[in-house]
Amino acid sequence: MRNTSLLALIALLINSACSESPARAAAPTPVRLGSKAFTESVILGEIATALLRAQGIPTIHRRQLGGTTILFSALTAGEIDAYPDYTGTLTQEILRGTDQAALPAALAARGVAMTAPLGFEDSYALGMKSARATALGIARISDLASHPELRLAFSSEFMARADGWPALRARYQLPQRNVRGVDHEVAYRGLESGDADVVDLYTTDPEIPEHDLRVLEDDRHQFPSYAAVFLYRAELATRAPAALAALRLLQGRISTPAMIALNARAKRGKVPETSLAAKFVATTFPQSIERAPPPPGPGLGAGSPPWLGDLAQRTVEHLFLVAVSLFLAILVGLPLGIAAARRPILGRAILAVTGIFQTIPSLALLVFMIPLLGIGSAPAIVALFLYSLLPIVRNTHAGLRGVPPPLREVATALGLHARAALRLIELPLASPAILAGIKTAAVINVGTATLGALIGAGGYGQPILTGIRLDDTRLILEGALPAAALALLVERLFDLVEKLVVPRGLRLPG
Amino acid sequence: MTWTTTNDDDRSRALMLELAGVSKRFGAAEVLRGIDLSAAAGATTVLIGPSGCGKSTVLRLMIGLIAPDAGVVRFDGRIVDARTVAEVRARSGYVIQDGGLFPHLDARANVVLMARHRGWPGEKIQRRVDELVQLTHFPGDALARYPVELSGGQRQRVSLMRALMLDPDVVLLDEPLGALDPLIRAELQADLRRIFRDLKKTVVLVTHDLSEAGRLGDLIVLLRDGAIVQRGTLAELARAPRETFVTDFINAQRSPLEGL
Repeated sequence: MRNTSLLALIALLINSACSESPARAAAPTPVRLGSKAFTESVILGEIATALLRAQGIPTIHRRQLGGTTILFSALTAGEIDAYPDYTGTLTQEILRGTDQAALPAALAARGVAMTAPLGFEDSYALGMKSARATALGIARISDLASHPELRLAFSSEFMARADGWPALRARYQLPQRNVRGVDHEVAYRGLESGDADVVDLYTTDPEIPEHDLRVLEDDRHQFPSYAAVFLYRAELATRAPAALAALRLLQGRISTPAMIALNARAKRGKVPETSLAAKFVATTFPQSIERAPPPPGPGLGAGSPPWLGDLAQRTVEHLFLVAVSLFLAILVGLPLGIAAARRPILGRAILAVTGIFQTIPSLALLVFMIPLLGIGSAPAIVALFLYSLLPIVRNTHAGLRGVPPPLREVATALGLHARAALRLIELPLASPAILAGIKTAAVINVGTATLGALIGAGGYGQPILTGIRLDDTRLILEGALPAAALALLVERLFDLVEKLVVPRGLRLPG
Repeated sequence: MTWTTTNDDDRSRALMLELAGVSKRFGAAEVLRGIDLSAAAGATTVLIGPSGCGKSTVLRLMIGLIAPDAGVVRFDGRIVDARTVAEVRARSGYVIQDGGLFPHLDARANVVLMARHRGWPGEKIQRRVDELVQLTHFPGDALARYPVELSGGQRQRVSLMRALMLDPDVVLLDEPLGALDPLIRAELQADLRRIFRDLKKTVVLVTHDLSEAGRLGDLIVLLRDGAIVQRGTLAELARAPRETFVTDFINAQRSPLEGL
């Protein structure tokens, strides 16, 4: 009975904490787009958003969520209505073993449909400096077979993947012996300095024009086709036909050079994706714009620099994730730890289960949560809650088991009942250990909460994610530094709490 | 059932504590082998014997921390069991070696723990603490200190105050002076003797020290391997030993000064 009411309380807390403003319910349901945590995907998401909004369709863009699994789960769970993906990614990662021709049927079985290709591919490819390729007469990958002296520099991922270099070498019978796995940046530098002749690349990399590269033709079709498409929930056709029609306007309208240029301007020129998208839509679809694009979102507090407002908002989001999950973990972990200490057999089970939570990789846990809780702060809070349980349960258990047996006996002999002995004697004696457990959970939480950005929970992970995809150290630090500072602050805070909670008699030098 | 209880009451009027045919084993070890033992009201009974003879087990049975495998334990004529154990504990004080003080509570909080838990008014608590401080010769200003800040002797005095706080009928002491140096030990022995005599409480004290037993006990019970070897005063044990073990145990503790 008590457990049920506790669960209800937790559910209520999470729901009230995470539900969006009630005003939203009254307005027509907006179309919800998503994008992955890399720049090309964010640009495509912004383009679609700009296009839909230009047609007067209310649209939300959950930008820069995690990877394919998260986006696809969010789509099938009904958390988003559409997002950009690649046919090759779908057949390689989500619907493994599905032929590209069978893709529409396989998607339909999951309530998902896809648009026709948008007009460009983002595939694996090999590239050489144009001048060198011309000099050697190389235009296709099969041409490499007659040049065994060429030096190859591939990204570690490409070297390792079964469908990467090993498959390629077998397919084309490539004779090169000088093949090194290096960082992508290093590979390009090697190309410039003449230390490498061939590198792997993606067909929309901005480096292709920058380094004047020739993309070698995959004449034996080793690499799967990674045609860009939009995936959408099939029910969109009946629920929001106008939105679907707008998405379909993008079919065949984004060429490979156009996408390369957009990527280059976002990554190199640091042009915000929203501006790139607005300009792209205005020039590509001048006839389809019915209304002027709405003004940008509400400004930040007057007088304060924008980054300060961002920082404040992220801090609030981050603290919210950490505080709510930690509070719930204390609420649940403390009684679990007490039960574990009281009943050894039950205790072993409790410790084993909380230990298993700890071993689930955070990304996997977040993906599990999406069908149950959608995206946003709720799944992040539940994941952080589960991670916080182990240190709290384990330390409560250890602290209570550490109470010397003679003292427990004296408490009983004095006439204290089990509950009173727990409250007056055992918990105070175990308080240093329990507090240490809560502190560990809090500090770990501050760090782990940065992953919440992968499922749209905001926080300090947001700039870190953007920084990683834009290769922008300053942005990464904008998230990492406050997170580190917050971790230190939390640690200091608990030192203070320790002074208040742990009885003085236990802090004196023995 | 009713008539046995009445019968028990009649038989044990002068006996505050009684063990009848009590056996206890911990795993393979038989710690008590069917012993009969009683402690008269208002007297000090000392349980003595070598380590492992079962003397501490007797105390833990008397306050209901453990239950006998066979036989019964009676407190003031009533069998100690799940129904009566709360009353038994309320009417008993318990002191262990090193005092068993709670390190997170200062001396005063240790002493008044149960009185406060039972909701005594602050004034009544203060009056009782004042009495106990006088009785045990405990420095009143040390009441605010935590156990780690007290000397070994002071810790035992606090523990004794805690045991006496609710004015129990019975006081059980398990090697209370075991960890103290000789001077403090002698001083505390004298104080305990005076306190027990003045309060006229039923006292059961466990020790392995014969001179302590002789100084404090009205009756000495010598145990070995979970059985009673002999009971009587120290003089009776010395003059009329029932077994050679009694003489051996006494001789082993003779002062080296006696032969001078």
